[in-house]
Amino acid sequence: MTPRTALSAAATPPWRLARSSWPWRSLLYLAAGLVPAGLPLALLAGIELLRPGRTALILLLVAALLIVVAAGPLIAGFDRRKLRLVDTRPLPPRPPLRLGEAGTWREIGYAVLSACVAWWLDLAVVLLSLLPPLMLMSAPLQPSGPGAELPADAWFTALLCAAGFVLLPFAAYPITAWAGARAAVARAVLASADTDLVEVLRSRQRLAAGFDDERRRIERDLHDGAQQRLVALSVTLGLARLRVADDHTVAPLLDDARQQTAAALAELRELIRGVHPQVLSDRGLAAAIRDIAGRSPVPVDLDLRLDGRLPAPVEATAYFAVNEALANLARHSSATGGRVRAWTQDRQLVLEVHDDGAGGADPARGTGLTGLADRTAAVGGRLLLASPPGGPTLLRVELPCDR
Amino acid sequence: MRSLRVVLAEDSVLLREGLTSLLRHFGHEVVAAVGDADALREQVPLVRPDIVVTDVRMPPGFSDEGLRAALALRAELPHLPILVLSQYVEQTYAAELIDAGRSAGTGYLLKDRVGEVAEFVDGLVRVADGHTVIDPEVVRQLLDRRRDPLHRLTPREREVLGLVAEGRSNAAIARRLVVTEAAVAKHIAGILAKLDLPPDADDHRRVLAVLAYLRG
Repeated sequence: MTPRTALSAAATPPWRLARSSWPWRSLLYLAAGLVPAGLPLALLAGIELLRPGRTALILLLVAALLIVVAAGPLIAGFDRRKLRLVDTRPLPPRPPLRLGEAGTWREIGYAVLSACVAWWLDLAVVLLSLLPPLMLMSAPLQPSGPGAELPADAWFTALLCAAGFVLLPFAAYPITAWAGARAAVARAVLASADTDLVEVLRSRQRLAAGFDDERRRIERDLHDGAQQRLVALSVTLGLARLRVADDHTVAPLLDDARQQTAAALAELRELIRGVHPQVLSDRGLAAAIRDIAGRSPVPVDLDLRLDGRLPAPVEATAYFAVNEALANLARHSSATGGRVRAWTQDRQLVLEVHDDGAGGADPARGTGLTGLADRTAAVGGRLLLASPPGGPTLLRVELPCDR
Repeated sequence: MRSLRVVLAEDSVLLREGLTSLLRHFGHEVVAAVGDADALREQVPLVRPDIVVTDVRMPPGFSDEGLRAALALRAELPHLPILVLSQYVEQTYAAELIDAGRSAGTGYLLKDRVGEVAEFVDGLVRVADGHTVIDPEVVRQLLDRRRDPLHRLTPREREVLGLVAEGRSNAAIARRLVVTEAAVAKHIAGILAKLDLPPDADDHRRVLAVLAYLRG
């Protein structure tokens, strides 16, 4: 697999690393690190030239620090760009530039560090890595003979030069590894892990919303397509039956066909309800919960304090939560009654499904509760379950909803 | 049998044609067949039909436009019988429809029922005559939900109750169950007594009472 960062490239065998572009990119990356160093270098040069007094010196240093702080976001932006040289993985979007934003202060701290400290470390690593092979390679150019360090032996200098050429590719390792390590630090500071996680959460939300949209589309297609055609077919069969005398041999066949059509319609209706219930899109969560409760074989009390519509993903998740909970209640709990409460508080939708059944519900044993927990998590909510053996069972779902 | 002037609102052309020929076969006249809720609301005051038959879900939003149009028509023309056809049993819709008006015939049927052509047209005529016809599926769900005093009913009484809720007369129930009308009347008296409902000879009021009871 092709490495995606300099750090992982540094773990490849020498013949591959030397042939790849990684050492050059690393070198370029480290060289580009000298750009922000321009400021402190200019400062040093200024001090050297002007030889200011103590007060002026302090003022100069403070001014320099302020300039670095002010230029922080600029330097950080530059560092983000050059990060692509040694780290091809995508970066999360840059945090907004605000005084109250933690990301902004991280950027400034990083800028101060890279302008004042990091660049000479980079320089040291590059020089220390390249010096030995370059020295060896330059052996034929060095003074030799009596009085010089090298003996006047052409074979020996040629050998040293060759050794330099052999060693040079190995200098790629410290340079690439160092650039990789620096990039890892830059990524950790400029694109911290929690923004990564936010991105994952968002993509999960988008996926969940995408599934909901898809379900709605499937429901509409089935409704407008197959279902309408089946109804029309049953009308045609009904009309055909009217034109056939009761004792005709075709009559029982037509009756049979009509019954099969009716069965197909009933099955299709149940299927569509499972995909996406129409009442949820049309009338919102409260009506849909009333509808589920109305279907429940176990009597269910409702206490719904919901007014207005909630965001579609929240409504869909809440609907499937109640559906699952009431299905479990009817199937497993041997409860004689249940209760669904729903209300909004602190920008949250809270759902509680309560029953007086046998308890002992275990998310590990069925896929229903696990799936429900996943769905809840996908919209940033959480699911709490209290179901001691012997009951009662309380399922609580909290879903964030900014209205 | 009298011939009814029907306004039909159904967005599927296939089904609209099917229903039109079905109604024609039974001697009724489709005076206007429209494909969306706005057209329905425009046509009805113009043609003054005996009954409106409408789908729930129609353009432009493919939500519950048909039902909303029906409710709006009910508010404008309180004596206009309305039969709503739905792809699904939604108790919310049934409840809204029943609550909207008790002075005129009201029907809420699953679309599947149109396949039973004779029964469907029979239901349509009953709605046009001012009765209430509720789909057996709605009744079944309501019966499933309210178990408390209902379990005192015998299976036969539950069967009769379902037929009552569908808006059938004593005579029709008697035919259906192959018993005498007197036996049906006895069952109904028993049901009403067990549910603490006042006895009532009027089919329509009786259906409403039963539905009101079932909905809790």
